[in-house]
Amino acid sequence: MSFDAIDAAWWSILFILIGGWLATDIWRWLGVLLGNRINEESQALVLVRAIATALVAGVIAKLVVFPSGSLAETHWALRVGALAFGFLAFQLAKQNVMVGVVSGALALFAAIAVF
Amino acid sequence: MTERADIDWFFKGAKNLWSPAALILMSAFVGFSALARESGIEIGHAMLITISIWALPSKIILVGAALSGTGLAATFLAVSLASVRFIMMVSALFPELRTKETRTTTMLFLSHFVAVTSYVIAMEKVRDVPREHRIAWFAGTAITLTLANTVLVGVVYQFSTAFPPIVMAVLFFLTPMYFLTSLWASARDDVVKFAMVFGLILGPIFHVVLPDIDLIASGLIGGVLAWAVGYLAQKRKSVA
Repeated sequence: MSFDAIDAAWWSILFILIGGWLATDIWRWLGVLLGNRINEESQALVLVRAIATALVAGVIAKLVVFPSGSLAETHWALRVGALAFGFLAFQLAKQNVMVGVVSGALALFAAIAVF
Repeated sequence: MTERADIDWFFKGAKNLWSPAALILMSAFVGFSALARESGIEIGHAMLITISIWALPSKIILVGAALSGTGLAATFLAVSLASVRFIMMVSALFPELRTKETRTTTMLFLSHFVAVTSYVIAMEKVRDVPREHRIAWFAGTAITLTLANTVLVGVVYQFSTAFPPIVMAVLFFLTPMYFLTSLWASARDDVVKFAMVFGLILGPIFHVVLPDIDLIASGLIGGVLAWAVGYLAQKRKSVA
């Protein structure tokens, strides 16, 4: 039963609520219940934070290496290069996030315009 | 007295809407709105997807599934797999926000508004907020972000066909660029930095090798590796 399977407003809404909202929020709720059992000072929290960080880093890399939409039409080397350039600028600017993001975006813009 | 102060802290949190983090997130949502329109998703659905899922990667997966005619069960599974990280992000975040009096129902409600941006803002600034007001401050921060971006998606939807592809490409690129730098800047210890490096390397590898469980695999393996490296480095330091 796909998104377009039934041509009715209630079906599209149900599809979004079950396939999207419920599929996302059950993990947030489980996170609350798991977090209730974790002591703030424990090594367990350090481990949980490390796993959460590695997951988000995986999302970041996927958004750059395997993107969707208009970004997918650019060469991967331009995207990875722009990401590295932005990160370098961020480090040189004493870890200023805004400097990093603007530099990376400008680098990508210039690279697409040139190549 | 405390209630009054909680309301003040809620609005202090809401002001994070004008932080660089939130502004960059909003530009990413401009990108999402354009993607939804490009994909033929109706405006009301695009807004419902925004407020009900909130996490950008899961939203993109849902739009992709709707577009390709994927069934509801398979869509549920794909979005679930992309959202498993929340069990870790929420359980890392809420121990920093709650007091002994915080009700679990309050946290269950607030957890809906957790996504990378609110997580990063909270991890960066929560230590400057008195413990008893952290829940109110986080509620102000995260709920405001969600509602503002839902409205933004609706407004941008009307205009987005006017964007040239190069602008769209750069808008989509802002999200990973911002996640990378802000997560690094908010890292409090080396373990988090190790975890980032491992996750960045493992994410694309597992996307090719284990496409169905790529994020969970890179999170678990990268995270445990980072924790072990950090633990050993700490041990060596304390011996020397």
